[in-house]
Amino acid sequence: MRAPKQSNKNDPSLPILRSQLDHHFSLAFFVAIVLCITASSLSAQDKNPFAGDDRVAKLGESQFRANCAFCHGLGARGGGRGPDLTRAQKRHGNGDADLFRTINEGVPGTAMPPNGATQQGVGMTEAEIWQVITYIRSVQVKAPPQPLGDAAHGKTLFFGEAVCYTCHMVEGKGGRLGPDLTTTGSARSTDYLIDSVRNPSRRLAQGLSEAMKEFSQEYETVSVETADGRKFTGVVLNEDHFTLQMLDLREQLHLFEKDKLRSFEKSRQSLMPAYDKNLLSDKDLQDILAFLLSVGAQ
Amino acid sequence: MKKSLYAALFLFAVTSLAASTARAQVTPQRLLDSAKEPQNWLMYSGDYSGHRFSALDQINTSNAAAMVPKWAYQTMAGGKFETTPLVVDGILYGTGQDDRAYALDAHTGRPIWQYQRALPADIRPCCGRVNRGLALLGDKVFLGTLDSHVVALDSKTGNVIWDATAFDYRKGYSITLAPLAIKNLVIVGVSGGEYGIRGFIDAYDASTGERKWRFYTVPGPGEPGHETWEGESWKIGGAPAWITGSYDPATNTTFWTTGNPSPSNRGIGRAGDNLYSDSLLALDPDSGKLKWYFQFTRHDEHDWDATQVPVMIDQGDKHLIAQANRNGFFYVIDRSTGKLLLSNPYAKVTWSNSKDAEGRPISLKDASPTSDGNRICPGAAGATNWMSPTYDPQTKLFYVTAREQCDIFSTAPQPYEEGHAYYGSAYFPNDDTEPFWGALRAIDPETGKIKWEWKHPSPTWSGALSTAGGLVFTGDAEGNFIALDAKSGKVLWHFQCGASVYSSPMSFAIDGKQYVAVAAGSTLFTFALP
Repeated sequence: MRAPKQSNKNDPSLPILRSQLDHHFSLAFFVAIVLCITASSLSAQDKNPFAGDDRVAKLGESQFRANCAFCHGLGARGGGRGPDLTRAQKRHGNGDADLFRTINEGVPGTAMPPNGATQQGVGMTEAEIWQVITYIRSVQVKAPPQPLGDAAHGKTLFFGEAVCYTCHMVEGKGGRLGPDLTTTGSARSTDYLIDSVRNPSRRLAQGLSEAMKEFSQEYETVSVETADGRKFTGVVLNEDHFTLQMLDLREQLHLFEKDKLRSFEKSRQSLMPAYDKNLLSDKDLQDILAFLLSVGAQ
Repeated sequence: MKKSLYAALFLFAVTSLAASTARAQVTPQRLLDSAKEPQNWLMYSGDYSGHRFSALDQINTSNAAAMVPKWAYQTMAGGKFETTPLVVDGILYGTGQDDRAYALDAHTGRPIWQYQRALPADIRPCCGRVNRGLALLGDKVFLGTLDSHVVALDSKTGNVIWDATAFDYRKGYSITLAPLAIKNLVIVGVSGGEYGIRGFIDAYDASTGERKWRFYTVPGPGEPGHETWEGESWKIGGAPAWITGSYDPATNTTFWTTGNPSPSNRGIGRAGDNLYSDSLLALDPDSGKLKWYFQFTRHDEHDWDATQVPVMIDQGDKHLIAQANRNGFFYVIDRSTGKLLLSNPYAKVTWSNSKDAEGRPISLKDASPTSDGNRICPGAAGATNWMSPTYDPQTKLFYVTAREQCDIFSTAPQPYEEGHAYYGSAYFPNDDTEPFWGALRAIDPETGKIKWEWKHPSPTWSGALSTAGGLVFTGDAEGNFIALDAKSGKVLWHFQCGASVYSSPMSFAIDGKQYVAVAAGSTLFTFALP
């Protein structure tokens, strides 16, 4: 991991400190200066020095493309791994200092790495991180989205009539055949969420990520027949050339060696039915999205 | 009486010491004659030809299924573990992340010495704090470092004998490759194609560390090729040389390959072919003088470094270089003249659909990165990358790890700043429903046609090793280390290493027992028959 290079240019106190040290000033004075510098560098990270500067936003777009677009998509609208950053509500904090911290330190326990630790690119300087933040501010929607629908009704649908819960979990309740949706509402654009419901096979959700593996496992559909003739259909949890870890439709875990199976078939046709307007009206879909958003915002 | 006994003992001790010292000396002649000692693995690719072929056949198609792990050595370092270890006379020499080096008892894996470079905090690696291995010569091993030094270590102690600065690392230079020893020279190339460096290949005196020559891979004013750069762009033209070359003693020519021009994905501002980026260079190892060059990708805008080990192949009286290039084409080149003899895609290619009079693929006009993003195959990581291919002189097949991944390339203009990342563009995996995958492909170099392939579930960064036992070894991103029948591609054995393989395997023997070694995660694994 590499921290961003400290930019001494903006901090005239540094050369002063050095010359004073050379002259053996008192320890107390030294401590005072160090405290000042620490304080000033902390405050330097609190607020975007380039806020609203269009020219800086353009530089930030280049930095964003080089360092962030791999996961967050070309226009910051989210990719397979990274949340949509045009959403006004950021899961790990909306303030300038929050964004700076998220970019610089990463988010432990998620795929978001500390600055410079991706092994794909190199670290950004402090100034460049602020450029990126300036860019993100320039593309994010100006106000939090209006309530799309009735979240309470959406919750009723999710855990009732629309049977989303049979495969998806929210806050610990629900099934495991599809991705846990607790944080999805805060991470994905509305368009993405709608597309995922109306057309789930267009882009399969990503599941397990391994530390040194470039690409995450996807929620692929799998059907197998064992040597003794038992048949299972379900979702791939993980897979390599020789083995399969799958969950069947009853959420039973199966661990197979592929060469011991009588048949093995995978499909990128999602197990999730495409919820067309007959299955789920636009209004009901909006209510479910409102529910996911309300959960994700917490 | 007693005195003469002591004298005799002393004499015995001295002679046995001398004998063991002599045994440990790796002379230039021994490197030339590496085929005579197949139990050892004396350089990065096994020998000067770049074949990564082992003449050992104890492990073969009839018994490979019985292979078991023998010992493991852990660096305890994170990130990609890219080393190919060397073995000489029972000692294994390897490197690890963050410029570690170590000597192990190759029989047991127990360390004899360990070295770790004290790296500055502000080094500039582009793609991990990696090192791919050492060179051996005399009583030393040689290490290129992430802070752009070349270091000679005493092969008996790991002590630093000399330390030469190749360049100021703060300007974006680093060294990640395994050096190549030829005669009394240690040859290295630099990394830094993502920092707007001016690439070069260096030769150092193995005894003293004195630099004997430098070949700039971007020609300066007045030099041929300089005209292929717009304005001052040559000064930051890139063309790093970050994979170990090969050497043909018959013509005293060393072959090196170079990486992308800088900035890697943006051609505006560097109009022209940008020589000698993405090229194969034939150099005189004594002087560093260029004999000829062949450029694979002209005016590259897709980060398609040609840094794949150049493999020397002989077909009758034809002396050739074969390379499966990152741009998706398999090339065969006359190694006396640099003339292209064959170019054929070995993976999905969308950037070219025609060839020029010399047979070189021509780039489509609309293949450049755009502001909105342009989907091109192969992606930036290429149809293959630095992981070694292998050539098996028995099957006469060339085996290469192919990656089937397309990327969306978009422009991202940025000003150049010394020592700072300089891409000029960005790329990311394409957003369609095609899953990415990979394969080990067996290519017939006579025709460029694929004889068989072994599919990987996802794109892979493992190199390949072929052996006289009729086997090809490779790894995958899911952590498997795999033995295949070199003729058919049939799988014979596999082992789960627990982390993606980002290295190229090798083989050695001690006391008549053959081992195969591969690095994965933070662990160097060895395997043998029970």
